[in-house]
Amino acid sequence: MRGGTLGTAALLRLALRLDRVRLAVWVLAIAGITVGGASSVAELYGTPESRAQLAAGVGGNPAYRAMVGPPFGLGEIGGVVAWRVGFFAALLVAVMSVLLVVRHTRAEEQAGRVELVCAGVVGRRAPLAAGLLLLLGANAVIGLLCALGLLGLGLGAAGASALGLAVAGTGCVFGAVAGLTAQLTENARTASGAASCVLAAAYLLRAVGDSSEATWLSWLSPLGWAQQVRSFADERWEVLALPLVATLVVSAAAFALAARRDVGAGLLPTRPGRASAGGSLRGPLGLAWRLQRGSLVGWTAGAALGGAAVGSVAGGIGDLVADSPQTVRLLEQLGGVGGLVDSYLALATGVLGIVASAYAVQAALRLRVEETDLRAEPVLATGVTRTSWITSHLLPAFGGSALLLTAAGLCAGLVHGIAGGDVAGQLPRVLAGALVQVPGAWFVGGLAVLLFGAVPRLTALAWAALTAFLVIGQLGALLQLPEWLVELSPFTHLPRVPGNEVTAAPLLWVTGIAAVLVVAGVWTFRRRDVG
Amino acid sequence: MTDAISASGLVKTFGPTRALDGLDLTVRTGEVHGFLGPNGAGKSTTIRVLLGLLRADGGETRLLGGDPWRDAAALHRRLAHVPGDVSLWPTLTGGEVIDLLGRLRGGLDTTRRDELLERFELDPRKKSRTYSKGNRQKVALVAALSSDVELLLLDEPTSGLDPLMEAVFQDCVNEERARGRTVLLSSHVLAEVEALCDRVSIIRAGRTVETGTLAELRHLTRTSISADLAAPPRGLAGLPGVHDLHVDGGRVRLEVDTDHLDAVLRRLVDSGVRSLTSRPPTLEELFLRHYEHERVGAR
Repeated sequence: MRGGTLGTAALLRLALRLDRVRLAVWVLAIAGITVGGASSVAELYGTPESRAQLAAGVGGNPAYRAMVGPPFGLGEIGGVVAWRVGFFAALLVAVMSVLLVVRHTRAEEQAGRVELVCAGVVGRRAPLAAGLLLLLGANAVIGLLCALGLLGLGLGAAGASALGLAVAGTGCVFGAVAGLTAQLTENARTASGAASCVLAAAYLLRAVGDSSEATWLSWLSPLGWAQQVRSFADERWEVLALPLVATLVVSAAAFALAARRDVGAGLLPTRPGRASAGGSLRGPLGLAWRLQRGSLVGWTAGAALGGAAVGSVAGGIGDLVADSPQTVRLLEQLGGVGGLVDSYLALATGVLGIVASAYAVQAALRLRVEETDLRAEPVLATGVTRTSWITSHLLPAFGGSALLLTAAGLCAGLVHGIAGGDVAGQLPRVLAGALVQVPGAWFVGGLAVLLFGAVPRLTALAWAALTAFLVIGQLGALLQLPEWLVELSPFTHLPRVPGNEVTAAPLLWVTGIAAVLVVAGVWTFRRRDVG
Repeated sequence: MTDAISASGLVKTFGPTRALDGLDLTVRTGEVHGFLGPNGAGKSTTIRVLLGLLRADGGETRLLGGDPWRDAAALHRRLAHVPGDVSLWPTLTGGEVIDLLGRLRGGLDTTRRDELLERFELDPRKKSRTYSKGNRQKVALVAALSSDVELLLLDEPTSGLDPLMEAVFQDCVNEERARGRTVLLSSHVLAEVEALCDRVSIIRAGRTVETGTLAELRHLTRTSISADLAAPPRGLAGLPGVHDLHVDGGRVRLEVDTDHLDAVLRRLVDSGVRSLTSRPPTLEELFLRHYEHERVGAR
């Protein structure tokens, strides 16, 4: 039985049963967003003239290249779809795949349920095999649905298949990476965090590669591969071998590690610790800080790195654009090269705002994790009031998201300033662009707190809301979403900085609503049962 | 002296299920009170109501003279709790958890802590994630027992301990009693309750079905007798208080209500006793008997 995959089929059925609703929502949402986005693109860029305009305008814009990748074949509707929607689908599917694989491997193991299963007639590699098969199946279905949907819109069969395969392939690569990180650490959150770091690195490599002369960098990124398939623009099928080989190699490595370690253990060894608590482990805040600090440091470092990448790309935009007199003229109508750089920076800091919101949600929902893992009870059975317990976790969540954006804004401003030789001028503008996002992150964090207090079983809705805000922000105009829906996102109301005036009113409003959400969350938590 | 815990008519529902259905519980100050019931009877739910983690839907509860829901944090400084399912922070060591919980409760006696660590043979330097169930329970026990509190709420605290550690635990509870502390010990290990508790409450399906000292409870129950007789016995079946009579030639097995023991023994002697074993009712039988009653009564 050693090293075997016996029982994989049974585990796969169990995983499907456990995850049927969540997985179906993910699959349908991603396929729906892709096909819906494609349909809007087809409508918006239905005429050759409109596509030519697009190609002449934003098509060559390095800011857009950095954000969503290089365009291929903008002359056809399919090319626009692949550029504008395909990349976003690949990104979503990567996030889904990381969460999916960790949820079915390390998270189950951490909860002790794999031990129960492995005591039965189940091979040592079966849990990982089942998780990866589920990954493969989910991505295959998404790829198929996307391809069929695009065919249904009247786009070419070759391009639709290529796009479907490229999206599915991206999901498989990042899912396999998560399968590998799940073997390394004992903690599910660390495993998904490490895989997410790989995803972030892939995004950055591609962003830098696509917007600079160093195009080879994009070839190091699985997100870049999806684009280099060039769906609807003379498909390069051979590029699809890259995700295939990467998935196989990374999966093989994960299986090799899985067979070498104990159930429940990671590969990184544990050392004996302190026999008694240090002075800082005192009171609920000391505990919350101890529990949250590792994650905060990791997120802050990631945000700082992301900020630096944003800043390093920004400077190059003006240079590249200036090559083409036609675009320069077009841009001058939009406010000149400076205006272009500013709108890129505002767009990029908006993405950093979403990242900070994700941290705020994760840190705030630590409350729910503590509760369901029965660790809230021992604390609340001591002299700690419910209010002080909840507050102890909200400080890292809310302070941390502000810290994250400060770090990202400082790094982006510094790098951009140094590149342009104007640190004193650029740093405050870029930093302001990052800091105006803080109320948005607090709003989403506040939503998580309210859900935790009022409907603790539905705290996952906070993630759904964040995803919705992301879609509204990134694809709102493209999907032609109704005005009221776009207005629902707090990020819609934040000033676009740099490039616009910082107005206090929307910042105060969003902060105020966030505060109301938090207070309502604490109030409802004080009145409900724990556990 | 007032009662440490008094609850009457406690009701707690979770959706359609009535976890507590009019439960009464009185724990006198200074006693070790056994809280018995099968799985799902409502023992943990009761303790969580007493801790103010759950809000009762009906009934009156007083804990150390206060309201467990309203005065939760203030009352918690005067009590310590060991949950049935001990979950610890995986990245903290056992020693850190013990100190942390003690500090959150308002301080702990470090000498007592070290002594308890030794007696329970617990290595405080290990990360919590590496502890077995029994060791996690020891962490919670050491944290609770080394706090200077008036009341201990112990929810099946020994379910993961080996017999040696179980003995250490019993010593500790006896020491707590000697210091005048009140203990509520929820358990389904009947031998443990028999060994430790002054009084016992038995609950079933969210309701208290029996409360009293062990002697009082025993009085309500039966003694098991098995005997080898010289001749087959006569007239046993007609005697009041005789149950589950099995006669196989000279071999007799029966159970008798303790009040009617005299008459049964006289009848046995009449038939010539070769050998006789008689067993007083164990708590276990008392317990089982009660559920039997309930089942019969329900029919």
